[in-house]
Amino acid sequence: MSHSESATSLFAVTVDQVSFDYGDSLALQKVSFGVSAGCLFGLLGPNGSGKTTLFRLLATLIPMQRGQVTVLNHDLASQPQRIRQRLGITFQSPALDVRLTVRENLDCHGAIYGLPKKTIRQRSDELLADLQLLDRQHERVERLSGGQKRRVELAKGLLHQPSLLLLDEPSTGLDPAARRQFWSLIQAHRKNMTIIVTTHLMDEAEQCDQLLLLDQGKVVAEGSPADLQASLPGERLSIQLQSSDSVSVAQLKSDIERLLKATGQQAGDRLVFRLKNATDALQSLMDGFREHVKTAEVARPTLEDVFLEKTGRDFAMAEASATESPTKTQATKRKKASL
Amino acid sequence: MNSSTTNVARFNEDPTLGSGKKVEKRLVGNAVWALAYRELTRFFRQRSRLVGAIGQPIIFWVLFGAGLRNSFQAPDWASNLEQPVSYQEYFFPGIAVLIVMFTAIFSTISIIEDRREGFLQGVLAAPVPRSVIVLGKVLGGTILAVLQAGLFLLIGPLLQQLGLTTGLQLQLQLVPFLVAAAFLIVIAVELTALGFLIAWPMNSTQGFHAIMSIFLMPMWLLSGAFFPGDGTPWLLWVIKLNPLTYGVAGLRRLLYSGSLPVTETLPSMTACLVVTFGFAALCLFVCSRLVARPMIQNVT
Repeated sequence: MSHSESATSLFAVTVDQVSFDYGDSLALQKVSFGVSAGCLFGLLGPNGSGKTTLFRLLATLIPMQRGQVTVLNHDLASQPQRIRQRLGITFQSPALDVRLTVRENLDCHGAIYGLPKKTIRQRSDELLADLQLLDRQHERVERLSGGQKRRVELAKGLLHQPSLLLLDEPSTGLDPAARRQFWSLIQAHRKNMTIIVTTHLMDEAEQCDQLLLLDQGKVVAEGSPADLQASLPGERLSIQLQSSDSVSVAQLKSDIERLLKATGQQAGDRLVFRLKNATDALQSLMDGFREHVKTAEVARPTLEDVFLEKTGRDFAMAEASATESPTKTQATKRKKASL
Repeated sequence: MNSSTTNVARFNEDPTLGSGKKVEKRLVGNAVWALAYRELTRFFRQRSRLVGAIGQPIIFWVLFGAGLRNSFQAPDWASNLEQPVSYQEYFFPGIAVLIVMFTAIFSTISIIEDRREGFLQGVLAAPVPRSVIVLGKVLGGTILAVLQAGLFLLIGPLLQQLGLTTGLQLQLQLVPFLVAAAFLIVIAVELTALGFLIAWPMNSTQGFHAIMSIFLMPMWLLSGAFFPGDGTPWLLWVIKLNPLTYGVAGLRRLLYSGSLPVTETLPSMTACLVVTFGFAALCLFVCSRLVARPMIQNVT
């Protein structure tokens, strides 16, 4: 995809033919997309898909190598300082000083973003109230729960009223209740702001207006969650198998595929089929293999199915292959020579 | 929800704050102070750092002073003094510089922690010049170092009064003390910036400790702080080439109100000022160049 200059102003972010490598490891390969102003845009992919590299590029933390990125009408390579003024960032690993209090962290952050003291105080009061942190404002960050730290990090990201908010895996380490609360806060603060979120969680991705699916540094699909799901015809039959000494999972897979006249995708003891009429197939399955089925479920195709359809691998497989040689990947990423 | 009610002014964007360049300088100054203030806050919340930075040098001073008193041979520059120089007196400015060095080390080692804990990437993504990181760290480290070393300069004569030390003939007066404290500021900037440029590329505090053992401590030992070094030509040359020698010698001269002669082991005050200021400026310059270079390990 290539975005013309006339369309640039409609987009808060345009990414055009961007590639990035850590020495001999290619993290992004000719990635292109646009993020409309005011959009909640998700970068979805398994670990190692390149979304964190993309996040670091947009956050101006690593330099451009190839391609072009425009953020809020400023060229990322030549005007990073202009971009930083209008960028709010919530890091996956909170960028907080744990020995300072919540209020002190906000004071320090406001000062390095060039805000006058009075403004810092006013904005902090507003945000601490909104994010339900007012009663913890004089508490040291090291004494806060994971969810509270996330909210402090979000308050930092919002303190200078950014035009673009970057969220890197914002729900990592949060329990479901804290995750729901965090997302409701993000939704409440969306006004007049574009948000880009990186995630590998499907429920988080479904909150986005637009999604970009990444795998091995390449774009595999783009669209709204509903459109992406609707792009897959039929229904999804998901089966968890119960193997035994006499029958292996591989044998069961082969038998079930013969019965359903379809090819399934296997991940461990799970089989997934995409079928025109999964309800009838479920009936046949239960008639023939009841004793070998732990659970079976018919559902609409999920974003994970879209990923599976586009890449031939599910998220678990993709993450496993990304972590197969972590030493090499880490060692390569540590190399600064190419930067 | 009232999150958008406050009008946020940013660098160069609010005309009510004044003209662009002036505002930018003031806001950069605020950013430097915010990072320095953070250093001070962190320091005073970690009392063990205070004990480590000032307690150990004082123990060194008292114990080495007592232990080496009889075997110490006064240096060439002490021959003109009314009373012979005791080892404790000789060691006094060296210990003040050691306190500055320890404080600089503890301050700059936090860069590695900042990187590991993620704080650094938040600063790197902020719209301030990268040199703000250097200036904030150096300012914070310098304030802490001068406070502690200045405290030691006051405590030393007090310990003499209490009988814990012997042979300290320095009678510290206000003006020499203030001038010495001002010179300590330059030494503190020099050592904090040096610590910064060692710590910046490092990934582990263990690595920093290794450098401290094989580089920083020998640098202090070979600065004329611990022993004069006269009588051994090669050692004297090493001491002369060590920039910290000029910091220790300058401080020694100021404590004696400039009454000491220029000798092989005690350079002139002019040389002390030129080398100490020059090395501090060089370290700051290298630091600012270093932080401007993107490094992948700065992001977590």
